[in-house]
Amino acid sequence: MHYTLCDCVMDLIQNSVEAGSSLIQLNMKQSADSLDVSIRDNGCGMTDDELKRATDPFYSDGVKHKHRKVGLGLPFLIQTVTMTDGRFDIRSEKGRGTEIDIRFNPVHIDTPPLGDPVALLYQVMCFQGDYDLTAVRSLSKGTEEQSYQVNRKEMLDVLGDLESAASLGLLRDYINSQEEDLLS
Amino acid sequence: MSKMTLEELRKLREAKKQEAAQRDTEGKDTLVIVGMGTCGIAAGAKDVVDALLDELKKVGNENVIIRQAGCMGLCHVEPTVEVRSPGIPNTIYGNVDGEVARKIVRQHIMDGRLVNKHVYDKPAADIIEQ
Repeated sequence: MHYTLCDCVMDLIQNSVEAGSSLIQLNMKQSADSLDVSIRDNGCGMTDDELKRATDPFYSDGVKHKHRKVGLGLPFLIQTVTMTDGRFDIRSEKGRGTEIDIRFNPVHIDTPPLGDPVALLYQVMCFQGDYDLTAVRSLSKGTEEQSYQVNRKEMLDVLGDLESAASLGLLRDYINSQEEDLLS
Repeated sequence: MSKMTLEELRKLREAKKQEAAQRDTEGKDTLVIVGMGTCGIAAGAKDVVDALLDELKKVGNENVIIRQAGCMGLCHVEPTVEVRSPGIPNTIYGNVDGEVARKIVRQHIMDGRLVNKHVYDKPAADIIEQ
């Protein structure tokens, strides 16, 4: 399975981008005893049959790699949540998009560490393709909840591009400052 | 660092652009592609992108383009990094970690010398177009 929960989420967003989505919504809601992640995309989606097969690690649609016999993105997620008392739900409609809801259980000893949300959020903005992505990261501290939001189109507008090392560096600094504020 | 506003971010970007325009723009045609499929992510590609950004900033060459691709078909040597730099054949590096990524910046991008131990010639046969 993936080394961190953020890696797991990164993989799912990469799926969304590769599915040709023009709109992706990522929500990450963290509290002391849970991390809820939801992903909505309007990509190509899957039929019930394709969805069932996508959860099988020994299946790949063969479109990208003709001779490949494995597809591990979703299986990694399923493995992580089932062995750590987490939950997940995936719904998909061919031609409409895919929705994933996950509850990771950070209290379970076998749950991977959270990982680096800053790296996750700036890197999901930088895949190739014409897609918009809104990421909302929120953190509950007792009864209070704080959050910040990053939107890809907005970042493109401000930075001009999302592929030069200069822009990526600034995007990382920007998200890092939001994250530090959230954690303070 | 205090919380940055969008306006501050915009100003910083403008300053960077002016800075880059004034400086010798060697390496501005360099393109770096990092494999970010399940295999790349599992092997640590995220840290590689981080290290590339840090080192490019350190050597003052932030004109380099960094693109994140899906799996390049070399899952057995992930993380993989392809470098397309003028004057050097396109090169795919495998088994790249943070340290190797920094070496790629200093040695390949800045100095035009291959990081030999990590060179993998070309993508795996199953994704080469016939």
